[in-house]
Amino acid sequence: MNVRLLVSISGSLLLARLKQTIVAAVGVTFSITMFVTLLSFMSGLNDLLDGLIINRTAHIRLYNEIKPSDLQPVNLSETYRSYHNFVSSVKPKKERLQIYNNGAIMDFLRTDKRISGIAPKITTQVFYNVGAIDLTGVINGIDVEAENRLFLFQDYVTEGNYIDLKNTPSSIILGKGLAEKMLADIGDIIQVTTAKGERMQLKVVGYFQSGLQDIDNAQSYASINTTQKLLGESGTYITDIQIKLKDITLAPDIAKEYQKLFDLEAIDIQTANSQFETGSSVRTLISYSVGITLLIVAGFGIYNILNMMIYEKMDSIAILKATGFSGRDVNRIFIGIALTIGVLGGILGLILGFGLSVAIDQIPFNTAALPTIKTYPINYNPRFYVIGAVFSIVTTYFAGFFPSRKASKIDPVIIIRGK
Amino acid sequence: MDQIILEAKAVSKYFHDPVTVQVLTDINFSINRGDFVSVIGKSGCGKSTLLYILSTMDTDYTGDILIDGESMRNKREVELARVRNEKIGFVFQFHYLLNEFSVLKNVMLPGLKLGKYSEKEVEHRAYEKLKILGIESEALKKPNQVSGGQKQRVAIARALINDPLIIMGDEPTGNLDKKNSEIVFDIFKELADVYNQSLLIVTHDNEFALRTDRIIEMEDGRIL
Repeated sequence: MNVRLLVSISGSLLLARLKQTIVAAVGVTFSITMFVTLLSFMSGLNDLLDGLIINRTAHIRLYNEIKPSDLQPVNLSETYRSYHNFVSSVKPKKERLQIYNNGAIMDFLRTDKRISGIAPKITTQVFYNVGAIDLTGVINGIDVEAENRLFLFQDYVTEGNYIDLKNTPSSIILGKGLAEKMLADIGDIIQVTTAKGERMQLKVVGYFQSGLQDIDNAQSYASINTTQKLLGESGTYITDIQIKLKDITLAPDIAKEYQKLFDLEAIDIQTANSQFETGSSVRTLISYSVGITLLIVAGFGIYNILNMMIYEKMDSIAILKATGFSGRDVNRIFIGIALTIGVLGGILGLILGFGLSVAIDQIPFNTAALPTIKTYPINYNPRFYVIGAVFSIVTTYFAGFFPSRKASKIDPVIIIRGK
Repeated sequence: MDQIILEAKAVSKYFHDPVTVQVLTDINFSINRGDFVSVIGKSGCGKSTLLYILSTMDTDYTGDILIDGESMRNKREVELARVRNEKIGFVFQFHYLLNEFSVLKNVMLPGLKLGKYSEKEVEHRAYEKLKILGIESEALKKPNQVSGGQKQRVAIARALINDPLIIMGDEPTGNLDKKNSEIVFDIFKELADVYNQSLLIVTHDNEFALRTDRIIEMEDGRIL
């Protein structure tokens, strides 16, 4: 009964100053709208840029690297272990890039619960023969289906069908820039030479465009079988195992673990691409600061309006107190007013924020670097809406707190005697 | 019938700003149920100050106030608000009606705050009070749509809504013309005689005071 009464008094005071109420609520609406839109847009952009790297990069990559051995034979000798051994002119030894026993490793990885998928890969240097000229480049031999499942391969294949790579024997998907240099159309046959001098003819079944010029100008994809054939290797030859994790934040730890376990090089995505994370977090920080600043400004607006309302309603407050409303009741009435402004403005702000996000989502955004993107990116993460809602209520509560306290402390005697 | 409902015991009050001045000195008196009492005295003699102390709104005094046998000293603000709500009805010189609400709602507000009756009952009671005061036809108007005399009658109805022990008035006719003053006085008289309502009215209108049951005359903060 008491709460209902206080609410109805709050409501009447609000309606009596409808214009001011609307102005205050519009302030909140505007700030929440901008907060939600800004964060959705910024976060969408972040996801897009991160996706450029994260979606097509393994979370952990296992591979063999040609490098000098950490331990020279003399270090292994029992006799000389406690000596200082000086070995000069150490060179890397000829080592195959192949991952030994990869079938067993992959079987083991498939049983690891932390891993969402693995894809084998062969990376090899080749020359693309164009008439008398050789262009250097790289062929990535991939398991087409696994690659598509884990790294959204088909998104980057702008022309042709990605699955043809698997279904057509001896086929290749060329980087867009490379294809333009070679004047190779889909259906054409091109010739490549391996570093060892093997030649092979491959049929172009598509183009891919990654958004990174250097990659598009030099790389191409073939199936694992085709690449093994090209290199003259057996069906067990692979050079990389790409691992995608369920939780990307575990990558550095798991990478270290596998490095020990399999005696292979393992690099995690955080180490390989640390600059992206920094950029994302700074951009997110800026958006949050701007959004919260807007809200605080709206809070000051509410503070002002409530203060004015309290001066105007001094008589009413005095008589309410004289007829039996306590200071706490008066406090609640004005907090109620502040929260009503906050909640109404906030809800409208969330709706408009969503609307504005949808509108931005329709604006065309075409760039050669990002073939899959047609409109500005928006992230509709419900978290932004929850944060916006919570913030609108918290700021309006605090904006109402001090004026309400002032109202609750009004001494009715002074007002009534002052007349 | 001679039940004491309001008692002042050795009430004194000082104003401290800018210099300490004693405004009330050792006030002792009591009011019985059904008494129609007026307090008169020159302007500045402390009669309004006394009223606000008796009404529990001013808590800065020495001595003690007993309302319905209960001491008002050492009560918390919320408890005092409850006492004002339940046991005291106020009529001021100015009507202090809330323009946001209808006349009826203005009368109902203290009743709704008390929460003793449902909203429907409070509304019914408010109508009855307005009927006693002869203004039930104005019930749904806003306070700024009724005349000055009617406003004061609405304020009286508001004071009556919780059937208070005592009605306190601070110059309730001070702002009214002769005719309306007469109406208000007649209402008070009727309340006292017919409904056995206790009233404590501060006034400087001697004619008004002379017609009440009992006059308390004050001078320089003392009862004569």
